[in-house]
Amino acid sequence: MTRTSDPHDLPGADPHTGNRLIDPVTGYDTTGHDWGGIQELNTPFPKIAAIALLLTFIYAVIAWILLPAWPTGRDYTRGLWGLDQGRMARDGYQAVDTVRQGWLTHFTTPDFAALKSDPLLMAQAMPAAARLFADNCAACHGAAGAGGPGFPALDDADWLWGGEPETVAETIAIGINAAEDSRVAEMPVFDWLEPADRQALATHVAALPKGEAPADSPGAALFAENCASCHGDGGTGGLMAGAPSLTDDAVIYGQDEATILTTLKQGRRGFMPAWNQRLTPAEVNLLALYVSTLPEAKP
Amino acid sequence: MNLPASLTTSERQIGIGLSAALALMGLAMAALARDSVMALHGTMALVLGLGLVFRLGGVLYDAPPADPDRVLRYDDGPTRFGIWMTLAWAMVGMVAGVWVAALLYWPEATPPWPATSFGRLRPVHTTGIIFGFGGNALIATSFWVLQRTSRARLADALSPWVVLIGYNLFCAWAVTGYLMGATQSKEYAEAEWYADLWLVAVWVLYFTLYMRTLARRAEPHIYVANWYYLAFILVVAMLHIVNNIALPVSWAGSKSYTVWAGVQDAMIQWWYGHNAVAFFLTAGFLGMLYYFLPVRAGRPIWSYRLSILSFWGIVFFYIWVGSHHLHYTALPYWVQTLGMTFSVMLLVPSWASAGNAIATLNGAWGKVRDDATLRFMFVAAVFYGLSTFEGSFLAIRPVNSLSHYTDWTVGHVHSGTLGWVAMIIFGAIYTLVPQMAGRETMAWPKAVEWHFWLAVLGTLVYVIAMWNAGITQGLMWRAYDANGALSYSFLESVQAMAPYYLLRAMGGAMFLTGAVICTLNCRATLRASRSRDLQNDRPLVAQAAE
Repeated sequence: MTRTSDPHDLPGADPHTGNRLIDPVTGYDTTGHDWGGIQELNTPFPKIAAIALLLTFIYAVIAWILLPAWPTGRDYTRGLWGLDQGRMARDGYQAVDTVRQGWLTHFTTPDFAALKSDPLLMAQAMPAAARLFADNCAACHGAAGAGGPGFPALDDADWLWGGEPETVAETIAIGINAAEDSRVAEMPVFDWLEPADRQALATHVAALPKGEAPADSPGAALFAENCASCHGDGGTGGLMAGAPSLTDDAVIYGQDEATILTTLKQGRRGFMPAWNQRLTPAEVNLLALYVSTLPEAKP
Repeated sequence: MNLPASLTTSERQIGIGLSAALALMGLAMAALARDSVMALHGTMALVLGLGLVFRLGGVLYDAPPADPDRVLRYDDGPTRFGIWMTLAWAMVGMVAGVWVAALLYWPEATPPWPATSFGRLRPVHTTGIIFGFGGNALIATSFWVLQRTSRARLADALSPWVVLIGYNLFCAWAVTGYLMGATQSKEYAEAEWYADLWLVAVWVLYFTLYMRTLARRAEPHIYVANWYYLAFILVVAMLHIVNNIALPVSWAGSKSYTVWAGVQDAMIQWWYGHNAVAFFLTAGFLGMLYYFLPVRAGRPIWSYRLSILSFWGIVFFYIWVGSHHLHYTALPYWVQTLGMTFSVMLLVPSWASAGNAIATLNGAWGKVRDDATLRFMFVAAVFYGLSTFEGSFLAIRPVNSLSHYTDWTVGHVHSGTLGWVAMIIFGAIYTLVPQMAGRETMAWPKAVEWHFWLAVLGTLVYVIAMWNAGITQGLMWRAYDANGALSYSFLESVQAMAPYYLLRAMGGAMFLTGAVICTLNCRATLRASRSRDLQNDRPLVAQAAE
């Protein structure tokens, strides 16, 4: 196809006048193409689009000059502002962290009585502790620490390992059945007991919190023989073995007969992560203090 | 499915051969498979192949179509099948979407089976919509548009069927695989390695068919719509191949591992991911817009020059912008700057397309008012403009620091997919289906009006809920109190989402209701087909004399 400037040679042009079809609505001529009925107008490129395009180009060029932008082999153009996103992230974090460390450092020493008696410090720390709890503990223990099946309630007076802030801090730091130095808690499997014996045990244990368990039943004898070494005589619990009291209706898996039968048959091995891998000692102490106040905060 | 009607006896024979090969491949996969996913997929291929053998074999020696008629008519059988698959996948993808949206509001309602967990249903939604609904609509309309704007029949009668059936087998493999837990863990490219290979074969055939038909065109120029469809086919092939290079653990198993690693993997994934948006969900649908909008409005395209600017602008700039998905990550800052600046430069070409479409309606505003079909396309152009502006805006790094990882992104995607992609598909369907049925209108014209308002309302409810949700999340996550502690726990930001998630599920349900109405309407219309008036629907007669 040869290029021509003669309008008579343009596609769709009237051979006599050289004009192309004019669209009555817009007043523009068409390009002369026709695709199964579709035509196109020869509308000139709108000036505003050209200006807008130019503005975006100017923005881009300015950004390239100021910011890291183009690769140059092994390096890249650093930009006049000399920004480094790693450094910016670190600086931003440190600015916030400096403010936070202003009060958080007090928690490095676990003198909980002293910490608690400083109302200014507590006013700064407790809202942060609440968020720390929601972000790290609430998934298992519940938003208000009310616990759930398999996860202990933290807002009552019943504690498996002790509710003093010092003990709670230790539990948070090392976890349960999580790492080598964790607290160890294991309810062995009693599937070797005769089903009838397991049933008698379950009936006995289910009656313990109500105080209705007869002391001379076969269940009581089985209990003394198999369970009391960990759970204590009468099932009052053996804290240092991690064996919960069976008299306070606070067993985390439940204390109805069916659940007890499951527990006897399968055993239990609770788990709590060791948070010293993730939280600083000050944060652990902060959380411990917060958790130990949950029973008081309960409405 | 009227597959054999347009095939000659020899084409039917080739078809039987291909179907038998598919059945054999399926048999081999099922027999050698070491996991249930591949065994199921082999069985699916076997059943499909055998079904096609019987379908074609049963009519093998029936009279082939009369020759002059066959060559003088456009080949619309594949388009009709493709529209059915579009609607079928719309149901699958949108039901899955509303389902997972409801799960986000009622997480306790998750059924106890692995296959119905959120993580497996979510890719069913995205793949069902993007590839099932969007992809079938693109392929079906591309055949229709290509033939009419070239005034040439498709280059052969068998390949369009192979493309469509093969493509839908890919979609079905992908979706059933996700339900069984098979995934490459690459967003929008979750399908496993053999499904990816299969898609490459189908896609190469699609590209070849497109080029062969274009080469037969009777028009001297190639229409804008075809530039876009071609860009879609070509670039999607490139993206798909590069992002999916993977090593299977075993040739007899579904699991594979990508060859890319670390930040390079992330960059390639989002180069793919964003250009899936650009070339699958934008370029192809612009092709659809550039054909169906002027046809329905009865108006010439407003500016040919603007078409050229927007096409080359979109094609050139889009390829660069994927890195804006990785702002503030391990990706080097300079790559992020390039992604950001190219995203901003992309705005004007994108708006040029939207503006060109809307200006094309000059002189047809009365039709926009009266005709819900044209209104679908008008709203599509408006949402295209809105979501491309939003996209460029969100790509600016400091803006992204607020919006990234929030539901704003989800809202942005859906203003594009519901407001733009789905609207233009429905506009195209409501233009095509009556023509295929030889009718003036759909069987239930009033239902189109209902569908339109349900779709617009559903989209607005969805998008506005997600804007609020995303901005709320972004602000909550970055807030520190005076003591340097976070103002909100993550949990509180989740709890704050409840009303928005409920609204989102309701908006999605409205949109789904509209799509159900559309599907029933299409069924009623195609069942009430009249013989088609072929006067305006004829390739050049000169073509036949070749």
